[in-house]
Amino acid sequence: MKSLAELEAIRKATASRINLRHEDAADTTRVVIGMATCGIAAGARPVMLSFVDEINKRQLNHVTVSQTGCIGMCRLEPMVDVIVPGKEKVTYVHVKPEMVSRIVAEHIVNGRPVAEYTIGAAEN
Amino acid sequence: MKEIALHLLDIVQNSVTAGAAHVDIRFDLSADGVLAMSVRDDGRGMSPELLERVRSPFTTTRSTRKVGLGIPLLQQNAMLTGGDVDIESQVGKGTVITARFVTSSIDCLPLGDLASTMATIIMGSPDAPEFSLTCRGPAGEMDFSTEAIRGALEGVSLAEPEVVQWIQESIREEVEPIFGGIIR
Repeated sequence: MKSLAELEAIRKATASRINLRHEDAADTTRVVIGMATCGIAAGARPVMLSFVDEINKRQLNHVTVSQTGCIGMCRLEPMVDVIVPGKEKVTYVHVKPEMVSRIVAEHIVNGRPVAEYTIGAAEN
Repeated sequence: MKEIALHLLDIVQNSVTAGAAHVDIRFDLSADGVLAMSVRDDGRGMSPELLERVRSPFTTTRSTRKVGLGIPLLQQNAMLTGGDVDIESQVGKGTVITARFVTSSIDCLPLGDLASTMATIIMGSPDAPEFSLTCRGPAGEMDFSTEAIRGALEGVSLAEPEVVQWIQESIREEVEPIFGGIIR
């Protein structure tokens, strides 16, 4: 295993940010990824880890990444919901790792959903 | 599924849903190239009736649909190599599922990215259950457990992005020398 000392350093670095996060829970943007059999088979795992990587790189303290089961539209997997407080939920479909940095930059950071990746665009 | 590690990600969710407190994952590679993947949990277990039906694609515990493909797909990919899937379960005790893959078979899936799978599993259930991963093969062995690192984190969540990446890198480093030949 990598050294626990390294983990200790991570703990110290994150502790202050986490307190910040708990205080502002109402401002938290949620990224939810479908991780049932259908999502996994379609490639949800690298998509989720790309979100983690991107959020880590940009030090976005107000964003959480979580997983959910199958919501019944298996043909559109991998699917990702981005829920910004006070805004309507946006569902992205057929998400690939290379689409993640744009979703984070344009939607989560700048507040403009990437229309061409959304379920609305896919259904037309 | 394109990797054995993706099957793992999928079937571990059954243990989490079963309310397990501990989920122990093992990969054992024998000298003659048989890879046994087993997931042992102390969740609620299955009745003999459910155990009998659980390999059917038309068996599922969810109420929204009537199909569940996790175990059938795993069984198909194990059997294609000449291997098999064993499931033992007792109500109130837990379940052990073991899939054997003959890695010399042309139809055997690559093991795949076990580190990414473990990071994804732990991130999906950062508070409970405790997960452990043990890998053994002719080239060496490794152990990893969430219990061991939780102490060092002093309350910082295992789902923090930095921690997830540490878990991923730490497992990747150790698995590579043990299973190098069957990862890709």
